[in-house]
Amino acid sequence: MSSLQTGWQQLWSIVGKDLRSELRARQVWAAMALFSALVLVVFYFAFDLRIENNAAVAPGALWIAFVFASVLGLGRTFAAEQEHGAMDRLLLCPVDRQVIFLAKLIGNLIFLGVVEAVAVPLFAAIYNLPILGGQLLMIVVLGTVGIATMCTLFAAVASTTRAREIMLPLLVFPLLIPVVIGAVRATQSLVAPIVNDPPWPGLLVAFDVIFVTLSALFFQFVVED
Amino acid sequence: MNTLTSQPAAPGQQSPPQPANRVWLDPVRKYGEYVLGGAVAIGMMLSIWAAFVLAPTDTVQGDVQRIMYFHVPMALLAFFAFFVVFVSSIIYLLRRDERWDWLARASAEIGVVYTTMVLICGSIWGKAYWGTWWDGEPILTTTLILWFIYVAYLLLRFYSGRTESGARNAAVLGIIGFVDVPIVHFAVTWWRGLHPTGYVLNGATPDTPPAVFIALMLAMATFTLLYGFLLLQLYRLERYTTEAERLRARVEYGD
Repeated sequence: MSSLQTGWQQLWSIVGKDLRSELRARQVWAAMALFSALVLVVFYFAFDLRIENNAAVAPGALWIAFVFASVLGLGRTFAAEQEHGAMDRLLLCPVDRQVIFLAKLIGNLIFLGVVEAVAVPLFAAIYNLPILGGQLLMIVVLGTVGIATMCTLFAAVASTTRAREIMLPLLVFPLLIPVVIGAVRATQSLVAPIVNDPPWPGLLVAFDVIFVTLSALFFQFVVED
Repeated sequence: MNTLTSQPAAPGQQSPPQPANRVWLDPVRKYGEYVLGGAVAIGMMLSIWAAFVLAPTDTVQGDVQRIMYFHVPMALLAFFAFFVVFVSSIIYLLRRDERWDWLARASAEIGVVYTTMVLICGSIWGKAYWGTWWDGEPILTTTLILWFIYVAYLLLRFYSGRTESGARNAAVLGIIGFVDVPIVHFAVTWWRGLHPTGYVLNGATPDTPPAVFIALMLAMATFTLLYGFLLLQLYRLERYTTEAERLRARVEYGD
């Protein structure tokens, strides 16, 4: 069996393990979906949206809901391992660190996908924006990959500190600014096309590639012991 | 920076005492710091004199333009300080010599102080010249994000304590944070829709009086020396703190 095949198997067995334990034990997914829906509703009141400012504000509300939900939910990426002392065992397995990182990233992407499957239709409904479709899906996926990557890496970093709940947003929010700008702008251009706008989806792809590469490269240093 | 020139230690080992063979460095070790400190003090007075007396009053902005003589050098040195964090973080991850970690930490602290002052005096300048404390101009926004990244870096160091994993995590942030800064800057620039902002610092034209350059170079040199002086102090503080913690641990747990 080639090493690529082995890596592939290892990847999906870790993802499968995380999904199983998530589905059996904790109900964080439902709570996070509810949370992001709640953020959307709070923004709806906070900005008193009307027809004229809807297009400018609504995409921002959507992405803030995603970023908040990511930081809250993905901060627990390594919590189960640490609470049960399973991190050492996971690291003792003859598995590449990159594979562990990618498995955790895929798990987090599935998690966020569930949250977004609830939040996006709700978003389109309460902000009255008929933008559901392939393009929005693409933008959501691209933005989510960037957010999830940084959150996965820095969840591992923050979990070693004394104040992990507050550390994760402090670490991740400034680094995520490019992705948030790109995602919000791309979503805005769906609502109301902006002339002379740079190609945000392409830039999001570039940001994602950079972030995924960097994170996969440096994850091994974070989980060394 | 005589303390940085010794050989790398084995990973995880305590820092060895200074090598005794470089006798010719002794006077530098003994008096270098005082000379450096004195140069900073004299340079700072000269810079203040140059900025307020030597340099002519700007024809467009008036006296407020004199902030530039402190603002620009501090901004450049802040970027340089974070570059030092970046480089020493890479070397730390490669060599695992804790002295590079001390250097990264010391430089990050100075960088944050410089960036804070840049943001404050930039806001004062902006209020006087543009009429607003803050403006969404790309370089301002980037500097603010830069500040957030490195304050988070210092907080991470604070919350992880002086452990090896804390040092590694901080090095990872020191590298990714620095790589992220140009990306942030591009994103913020494009976010403003590719328009030239119209706010241009006094461009260097041939008829810019030489006194302006003299004052700027003087301030630049002074703030560079100040950076070196502070780096030396903070580096030593890092070393002593680490050693003190080790001694305390030895006393508590026995040898």
